[in-house]
Amino acid sequence: MKISVQKSDKLQEYSLELQSATLLEVLQHIKTHQDATLSFSSGCRSSVCGSCSMRVNEKEVLACSYKVQDGDKIEPLRNVEVIRDLVVDMDKAYDFNAKAKAWLSRISPEFSISQEDEKINELQSDCILCGSCYSACPVYSVNEEFLGPFALTRVWKYVSDKREGDTQTKIDTIQNNGVWDCTLCNECTVVCPQGISSKADIEKLRVKSTIAGYSDPSFSQSFGSFDGSPSF
Amino acid sequence: MNSLKTDVLIIGAGGAGLVAAIHAKEQGVSVKVLTKEYPTRSQTCMAQGGINAALGNVSEDSVENHIANTLKSAHGQADEEAIRFMCSEALETVAWLENIGVCFSRTEDGKIAQRRLGGASAPRACYAQDYTGLKILHTLYDKALSLGIDIENEKFLLELLEDTQGGVSGALMLDIRSGELQKYEANAVILASGGYSRIYDKNSTNSTASTGDGIAAALRVGAKLIDMEFVQFHPTALKKSSILISESARGEGGYLLNSKGERFTNELAPRDEVSRAIHEEMLKGEEIFLDIRHLGEDFIEEGLPQERKLAKLYEDVDPVHDLIPIKPVAHYTMGGIEVDNKSQTSVSGLFACGECANHRVHGANRLGGNSLLEIVVFGKEAGINAAKMAKKSTQLQEKRSIIEKIQGYTNEIDFYEKKQSLGDLLYTKVGIVRKKGELQEVLEEIKLLKSQLPSMGVSDSSKVYNTNLLEFIEFHNVLDVAEVVVRAALKRDKSCGAHFMEEV
Repeated sequence: MKISVQKSDKLQEYSLELQSATLLEVLQHIKTHQDATLSFSSGCRSSVCGSCSMRVNEKEVLACSYKVQDGDKIEPLRNVEVIRDLVVDMDKAYDFNAKAKAWLSRISPEFSISQEDEKINELQSDCILCGSCYSACPVYSVNEEFLGPFALTRVWKYVSDKREGDTQTKIDTIQNNGVWDCTLCNECTVVCPQGISSKADIEKLRVKSTIAGYSDPSFSQSFGSFDGSPSF
Repeated sequence: MNSLKTDVLIIGAGGAGLVAAIHAKEQGVSVKVLTKEYPTRSQTCMAQGGINAALGNVSEDSVENHIANTLKSAHGQADEEAIRFMCSEALETVAWLENIGVCFSRTEDGKIAQRRLGGASAPRACYAQDYTGLKILHTLYDKALSLGIDIENEKFLLELLEDTQGGVSGALMLDIRSGELQKYEANAVILASGGYSRIYDKNSTNSTASTGDGIAAALRVGAKLIDMEFVQFHPTALKKSSILISESARGEGGYLLNSKGERFTNELAPRDEVSRAIHEEMLKGEEIFLDIRHLGEDFIEEGLPQERKLAKLYEDVDPVHDLIPIKPVAHYTMGGIEVDNKSQTSVSGLFACGECANHRVHGANRLGGNSLLEIVVFGKEAGINAAKMAKKSTQLQEKRSIIEKIQGYTNEIDFYEKKQSLGDLLYTKVGIVRKKGELQEVLEEIKLLKSQLPSMGVSDSSKVYNTNLLEFIEFHNVLDVAEVVVRAALKRDKSCGAHFMEEV
């Protein structure tokens, strides 16, 4: 079996004998037997730590849960700076969690959570911050300051939580470079290893924003000067 | 080299480190957290079972029962006062987690749901669906961000730095990305750097990062380590990959079978007993399987979806139709850096919490659901007490880093091969069942490997993100910690809990 890996300096091909192995096992095998310089991140090996996200044949995967096929091309995540080979710098991406204020701002003085309430954001709280959605998001090619899919999913997690006593601030925070910058292309949903749809969460945040009196700025720009006379 | 200053320096950003950071920050001091990974990638995310608190939400329970169960499991090797403190604090602790946003599963009447884990007299473990550790860890991370806590990623601990009075006042770190050394100075340093299960290399359920770096660094500045021989082996990990299959698979009625298809033990006995029963069968040449087929597809899909996915991925078996090949592997390390009831180690200025520390609450065998509890309860104590450390004017002593030493090493022996063979050796001879003669053999082997280190070296010469170098430094730590484990095992000639000595 042959696979190629996009290293920092060149596309490197490796030949292997391994059968039915995960990509992470293959990378570890290469590192310990063929090429000690090959650099990648890994951790739990069971898809919960989010360390080993990368792209295979241009699609984001977790290396620990992907079975390698002959001819696979392995590359680092996109929209982030590559440090070395498959290792990327996630600092800027993770900073969007703070910029989006993705936390519980103020605990409601009294709350009760039922089994149904628990289901509201159960899926969103499964996020492992692997950054696959961030890598797949096309918005970053036009807006590097976009809060992005995982941070907005996190905001929805707290906005939809009955314990949050200050949803207004949360909604205020995500108006610029936030919910309206998303193109709703759904790429984030397709690549999420946890089955989360940030696109759907962003749509829900748009509804909340509208209720709070906000509207799509591109919409108001196009029609802002509407005075009743036809523009054609 | 200029040093970066902070009041409290925390090494490790898993559950314990983040809890310590949050509480130290709330005391009004400056806090810096350093991690060799990123905060949400730590071992805490893998905890599945739950966090114990005698809330009595599902059936009657009491703090006294929680204490009694924990003491029993500890086999007389724990500190009753510490256990009493932890179990009493548990109720407040879960309330605190709930108030910062952890999405605990609920009962029908809207209380926090609880389930029974091995060794507990009542359903006591609060859980968050399938992902208790993950959800607690991520919520702690969010809380830390809300307080503006400074977290620096991909910094590797090389050495703790001592001041002229002999206490610890900082740390020498390797910036993994640039390859530069950095000196951090602090009034107090908290180690929250995790356990040492990966001394067993691939024979462990743990993340590849659990190499005991903080424990080894503490040892090098003279901190006392205790109970290092107590390592918990989890009975059911996938045979090829050592990936954990949750205890709930047995809790829900799964069987353990040998090659003949016979059951050979009580599947619900404590982890150490089940692991020993499996070990005995394996010595007879039997292969061991976990059988959950009778639980049915609906149940497996609903209750054990992760397990099904992982068994398919790593063993090519579908637990709905097939037996799952398993073996017991290292899962949790009870031993660690000795701390007092303020989480202060035997070295002034150095605190410890989480799996690297030994607060003497687990003794010879940890109870399921008590590790998440421990990191939150004692993470808080470590954070508050470290923040109280009076300001002192100190001068850091210079220290030669291991990097300089390694530079002269030749590359004749493959350390990856040695790391794996040491892991296998520890697994067979310092594992579930131990014999004095074999422990002695392993000690000799460790000494030999240590003497061979100068012929191992690294082959990657990159300054930037050199994981080859990091793994070699981790191997040094593994050797240091493994030696202490073997020496501790040799000293305790009577079986106790997870430490089982075969009579000769």
